[in-house]
Amino acid sequence: MNKKHLKEFMGFMLLRICIGIIGLILIIILYDIISKGAGKISWEFLTAMPRKGMTEGGILPAIVGTFMVTVITAILAVPLGMGCAIYLNEYVKDNKITRLIRMSIRNLSGVPSIVYGLFGVVLFVQLMHIGTCILAAGLTLGLMTLPWTITASEEALKNVPNSYRDGALALGASKWQAIRTNVLPYAVPGMLTGTILGLARAAGETAPILFTGAAFYLPFLPKSLFTQFMALPYHLYIMSTQHHAIAKVRPIAYGTALVLIVLVFTMNLSAIILRYQLRKRRME
Amino acid sequence: MDVKIKSENFNFYYNDVKALKDISIDIFSNKVVGIIGPSGCGKSTFLRSINRMNDVIFGAKSEGKLLIDGENIYDPDVDVVQIRRRIGMVFQKSNPFPKSIFENVAYGLKVNGIKDKDYIIQKVEKSLKDAALWSEVKDRLSKSAFDLSGGQQQRLCIARALAVEPEVLLMDEPASAIDPTATLKIEELIQELKKKYTIIIVTHNMQQAARISDYTAFLMLGELIEYGITSKIFTKPDKKITEDYITGRFG
Repeated sequence: MNKKHLKEFMGFMLLRICIGIIGLILIIILYDIISKGAGKISWEFLTAMPRKGMTEGGILPAIVGTFMVTVITAILAVPLGMGCAIYLNEYVKDNKITRLIRMSIRNLSGVPSIVYGLFGVVLFVQLMHIGTCILAAGLTLGLMTLPWTITASEEALKNVPNSYRDGALALGASKWQAIRTNVLPYAVPGMLTGTILGLARAAGETAPILFTGAAFYLPFLPKSLFTQFMALPYHLYIMSTQHHAIAKVRPIAYGTALVLIVLVFTMNLSAIILRYQLRKRRME
Repeated sequence: MDVKIKSENFNFYYNDVKALKDISIDIFSNKVVGIIGPSGCGKSTFLRSINRMNDVIFGAKSEGKLLIDGENIYDPDVDVVQIRRRIGMVFQKSNPFPKSIFENVAYGLKVNGIKDKDYIIQKVEKSLKDAALWSEVKDRLSKSAFDLSGGQQQRLCIARALAVEPEVLLMDEPASAIDPTATLKIEELIQELKKKYTIIIVTHNMQQAARISDYTAFLMLGELIEYGITSKIFTKPDKKITEDYITGRFG
């Protein structure tokens, strides 16, 4: 083997080791959670209330809570994010102000989630007097998700060739008609994918809901948007660090982790399937 | 002869760069006008000024007048959407939409508010026939426009432009990206189309300009150097620089 080949071999080996380490870590985490959590998963675990200081019973309120909060997050982040992206990409001029706005949005997606949590407390809970509840938590997560949905949606819009816009305008379409009928249909799959990934991330967050509405132990389903709620990530946090009998509830914690991971995986998978389906339909 | 498009001291700027200088030109109805000139001379800019496609470029600004049937295209009261419907455009690179062949041609009708299905079906057939594409696509109207060859795609774009019944057709090097046989078809088509439309075509290809246009305009560095009947421009141009360009001494 000459020197050049040796170098190439070493280079590829290094890359293989990198991917191997990452894969291994993922497998270890998944194996740990599945092996210790799968035994806990049962119909009762998914559909019953927690009992006896959360040492027994199921996690239904946490599943429902996470679901409801995510819906609120989507209602805030999806239309607002898409609208903002459309405006930024299709309407405004590229100048100092818009560049500053874009840069701010990019930076906001890097702000730690606990900061969003504190901001949510100040804005929604205190200033707007919504109180600690599902709505406040959902809105906080929505704010956190917005930079992601805006950025992903803008990228999707950028991928639509300008010739689609020009072609439509040259036929006498108004600007909005061109966008609605000849740009959005081809951008929406990408916009939705990015949005769902953002929502999946939000569904797994603990910090933003910590102060804004998540509750420790509520063995009943939320009756309105203005009540406190249990959520999967917060429940997991409590069960693994704050509970008075941590060793005893460990299987419940693993079961909760598994449910949360499956939920996030399902959302990501549905994003991929949705994109594939929409692309296929577009090609036909 | 009726003047269809009249340009009076028309200037055009991209930010501070003056791209067109005092262009004055009369374009007659049902004639083919070829615009020639070296790269970057403002041919495409002038073409895109006529249907105000330059409006979409930030920093674009115009001075002077461009008239269609005596009405100033740049008048603030003018509805730009109406202007673009009256003045159709075929782009350099064929740009079919990722829709079916039928939907491509019907697109302009739909955005102009036409809902009558029978009318749309008739109009699509008529436009495809006028663009000499009907016989090649009539059995696969619901197939994607991307399945067509390059030359067919360009004729589809012409059909799409014809469907909204424009008065003027602007063509920006419509045959630059397709093979010679397809080019010939497009050239034949232009001869057919001028019976109904006024056609302004930008071309890089001198022979093409000589073959298809009734009038030829020679632009250089944003200025209109010479404009006249094609046979005269190509045989006895008034200016030396025109002759130099046409005989291939530069450009």
